[in-house]
Amino acid sequence: MSDIPGYRLVTPDSAPAHPYPDYRSNPLRVPKRPLMILPHTLSEVTGPAYGHESVKPEDADLTRQHGGEPLGERIIVHGRVLDEDARPVRNSLVEIWQANAAGRYVHQRDQHPAPIDPNFTGAGRCMTDDDGYYRFVTIKPGAYPWRNHHNAWRPAHIHFSMFGASFMQRLVTQMYFPGDPLFPFDPIFNSVTDEAARQRMISNFDLDATQPEWALAFKFDIVLRGREATPMED
Amino acid sequence: MSKTTPSQTVGPFFHFGLTDNYEIDDLAGTQAEGERIVIEGHVLDGDGEPVPDCMIEIWQANAAGKYDHPEDRQDKPVDLGFRGFGRVGTDPEGRFHFRTVRPGPVPGRGNSLQAPHILVQIFARGLLKQLVTRIYLEGEPANDTDPVLHMIEDAAARSSLIARNKGDGHYHWDIVLQGENETQFFDA
Ligand SMILES: [Fe+3]
Repeated sequence: MSDIPGYRLVTPDSAPAHPYPDYRSNPLRVPKRPLMILPHTLSEVTGPAYGHESVKPEDADLTRQHGGEPLGERIIVHGRVLDEDARPVRNSLVEIWQANAAGRYVHQRDQHPAPIDPNFTGAGRCMTDDDGYYRFVTIKPGAYPWRNHHNAWRPAHIHFSMFGASFMQRLVTQMYFPGDPLFPFDPIFNSVTDEAARQRMISNFDLDATQPEWALAFKFDIVLRGREATPMED
Repeated sequence: MSKTTPSQTVGPFFHFGLTDNYEIDDLAGTQAEGERIVIEGHVLDGDGEPVPDCMIEIWQANAAGKYDHPEDRQDKPVDLGFRGFGRVGTDPEGRFHFRTVRPGPVPGRGNSLQAPHILVQIFARGLLKQLVTRIYLEGEPANDTDPVLHMIEDAAARSSLIARNKGDGHYHWDIVLQGENETQFFDA
């Protein structure tokens, strides 16, 4: 088989620092041996079409997964999944998970003394459409404390997981909200040292998509790795 | 300079979103063609302690060496009884296991052929970006000529990609994030 184009490597400015000791869980888990370049083959440029069979329309509305309405500020989170050449990533799984309005996860190991909301789990999934567009309805998550350092608080965020079109486009990230006062103090956000790259993790308030008398909207476009123009030389 | 959205850690609380309801630890089920194999092991940190909050995802070809994906244009059958993707979380002792089929050989770059292998991505609290590696199977004759194994000069690093054959289709493969027996990870 002739060579197929690989995916472009992510440059260091668009990636979190490796290693990043300000994040206390990082130093014992990050590899010390240098990473080796893996030239992409058929194994890397293919990937799972995961989720198609099990995603239901109601999975994208996190406010309707229980008997009653969850507490907090109802929001719409939407945007497009694109590659670096602005091509839509179509028919691809997006998964999200988040804390509730009080900053508490349903996870049993979350010990933050804030209330659990019986009407909110905080997990959702949907498929992108032919324009790479996705849309969730959810509750604005609260900030929450963690024990990374004295008085450490995570800025409000929604965890995002994208499959893309190949296993090498797989991305797990976090979406933040504009103007959060906790940004300067958060080592996870600041593990991305390039200012422009950090901005790409912050959603934009979207007045046009806001639904009057019902929900504010935030737009979050996600950019996955692009393709090499031609097959890489050996 | 990339224009991509940066990676962030999966954090400690991903289970209810990613693995509680959407785990796939058996890729083969009852319908898939090919020999069943089980891959099991531990994820360990730089102190040799188990990592209980880790998610492992795998992607592999079917028993014939075909990926169920539009870019695989080989004239080989897609196996509708087999899913090439698996996802599991580690348990409190840092253990994981997958049940799958022995993958067939797939083409490499140029005219090369790759030994049967499984592509792996590892997500965990503490990792700001996922780690990428591959599993090869001890005893596969094609390991000797595999282009990726060949590229790794250090014998211990090369060996870290090879799951140990325990017999009866069982393979043991530990993921060592850091330290003396550190797994070789890739900038992929
Ligand atoms: Fe979080």
